[in-house]
Amino acid sequence: MNRPHHRPQRIVRKTSVSRLRHADVEVGTEIPEQTFPVRRLDLVRYAGASGDFNPIHWNERFAKSVGLPDVIAHGMFTMAEAARVLTGWTGDPGCLLDYSVRFSAPVVVPDDEDGAEITVGGKVKAKNDDGTVNVLLTARSGGAKVLVQSKALVRLAS
Amino acid sequence: MAINPDHLGREYRAPEDYEVTRGKIREFAEAINDPDPAYVDRESARTLGYADVVAPPTFPVILGMAGSAQAVADPDLGVDFSRVVHGDQRFQYSRPLLAGDVLSSVTRITGIKTLGGNDLLTLETEATDRNGEHVVTATMMLVVRGA
Repeated sequence: MNRPHHRPQRIVRKTSVSRLRHADVEVGTEIPEQTFPVRRLDLVRYAGASGDFNPIHWNERFAKSVGLPDVIAHGMFTMAEAARVLTGWTGDPGCLLDYSVRFSAPVVVPDDEDGAEITVGGKVKAKNDDGTVNVLLTARSGGAKVLVQSKALVRLAS
Repeated sequence: MAINPDHLGREYRAPEDYEVTRGKIREFAEAINDPDPAYVDRESARTLGYADVVAPPTFPVILGMAGSAQAVADPDLGVDFSRVVHGDQRFQYSRPLLAGDVLSSVTRITGIKTLGGNDLLTLETEATDRNGEHVVTATMMLVVRGA
């Protein structure tokens, strides 16, 4: 293998001094989109870390036997990637007060070097007087919306 | 076979407390490829005001999965695990999970519905810390696809 597939991507992070402040966002402020790879190895690792060993996430034979096109990613993996974009944006991984998603389509992960991709973005939908904002996140894979009604209530720095 | 709605409200208490460790947080953060230093570096977490490293927002799914596994294994419910698909998920946080937390959790069946030949089973896992304070509630809706 000649590409460093399985290392977390290095991304520039905000320091605590540049934690996103409530005053810095408005209704309509966009959370920049990011795209992440999802490969079979990611699913195996996620299965081990989360304790979700449902064979639809690692066994192609089983996945097809229950009518799926191929192995699919854990919905929770996608939810985690969406949260990653959100907390990367706020600069505080403990900022969430409420976070919910509906899994609307599976992320189908073929058995090859590239796997699948998940693209996550978001937008501020409401700014509240108590220092919180309501955010709507979007996640797409292979042209399909894989999360819908993906909503978060987050507390920002004052 | 439809799940009997009489089981609404049934509770499954986790047989033992769950200890949130730095090693498990690191493993989980690596599994979701999230490089946030507050998951692995105590100083970074402290700079944000946390006493120890923070668990990623979806980390409590570990508790939810354990609770739902108890429900799915309950012979009275008769759920066929091979037909289960995750429909939706919610976390309501009183605070983030930190390394060193010892959590007790209880999972309740809060919804049983039949829709289009599928059973929709909603399970709510509530985790509290050593002081009995609420930390997080993880609610998962499972779709049990009809045969």
